Amino acid sequence: MIKKMSVTNIHVIDQDSAYDFYVNKLGFKLVDDIPMGPDTRWLTVSPPEQPDLQLVLFPVKVSKMFPKETAETLIELIKKGIFGCGVLTCTDIFATYEELKAKGVEFIKPPVKEFYGTEALFKDDSGNYFSLQPLNNFDHENTI
Amino acid sequence: MTSENYPKVYLYRRIVQAKLFIDTNYALKIDLTNISDEAYFSKFHFIRLFKSIYGKTPHQYLIYIRIEKSKEFLKQGNTVSEVCYLVGFESLSSFSGLFSKIVGLSPSVFLMNYMQTQKKINKTPLAFVPGCYAYQHGWNENSNFEEATD
Repeated sequence: MIKKMSVTNIHVIDQDSAYDFYVNKLGFKLVDDIPMGPDTRWLTVSPPEQPDLQLVLFPVKVSKMFPKETAETLIELIKKGIFGCGVLTCTDIFATYEELKAKGVEFIKPPVKEFYGTEALFKDDSGNYFSLQPLNNFDHENTI
Repeated sequence: MTSENYPKVYLYRRIVQAKLFIDTNYALKIDLTNISDEAYFSKFHFIRLFKSIYGKTPHQYLIYIRIEKSKEFLKQGNTVSEVCYLVGFESLSSFSGLFSKIVGLSPSVFLMNYMQTQKKINKTPLAFVPGCYAYQHGWNENSNFEEATD
């Protein structure tokens, strides 16, 4: 019986830049940053209140896993903003939006009340996008 | 509703600025009255709004940030005494007491545990990586990366 998701990937273009984005801007916690040889490292982070989920900041570069053509195609698609990486929840979407915006995070959609709840969309430093939603997204009047 | 006209946007911006001020100036002697004055709030109103957004009073949040930063400074190789002052505590005993209460370990035990983990990582890095990833990357073809046995 499957119990939970423990490790998943976010494909990134530059690990140093991704570290800065996820740790310093989003406030994720660094789990592992382990050198694995020249120009390669095992880099994982966790959402602040979800320590048992490791997100691997997985570099897309020419390697055993990614032949040149695959790497180039994948990088192009990431930069185009094709990949949505999931929903991140927060206690207060307006405060989180203002804070991330102040830190330079690029929003492709500010908080908007949709029929399914309030949602904002932002991009990471590579081009992957996330949906940002409040924890209780059915309470549309949940503001200060 | 857009970003510029959601309810009480001006209040949100002031509270977020106050939070970011604490994030940046945690090591200073922060007077919360000054922060609420700068945010154009009464102290009571400021504390109530801050807590409704972040779930902590500004003072509780300041303590939280100081303890989180102290963990980072310990991991960077600073001594417990150095970290105490780096994060704005004036007394080593109050720092150690609060750290122990919040983290569940004293700063020195936290530091010792971290150093032991780092030692294991340096010795056997692959023990900390799921085998499937190591295999896909070809990392386990390197004979220096063996599984930890202890």
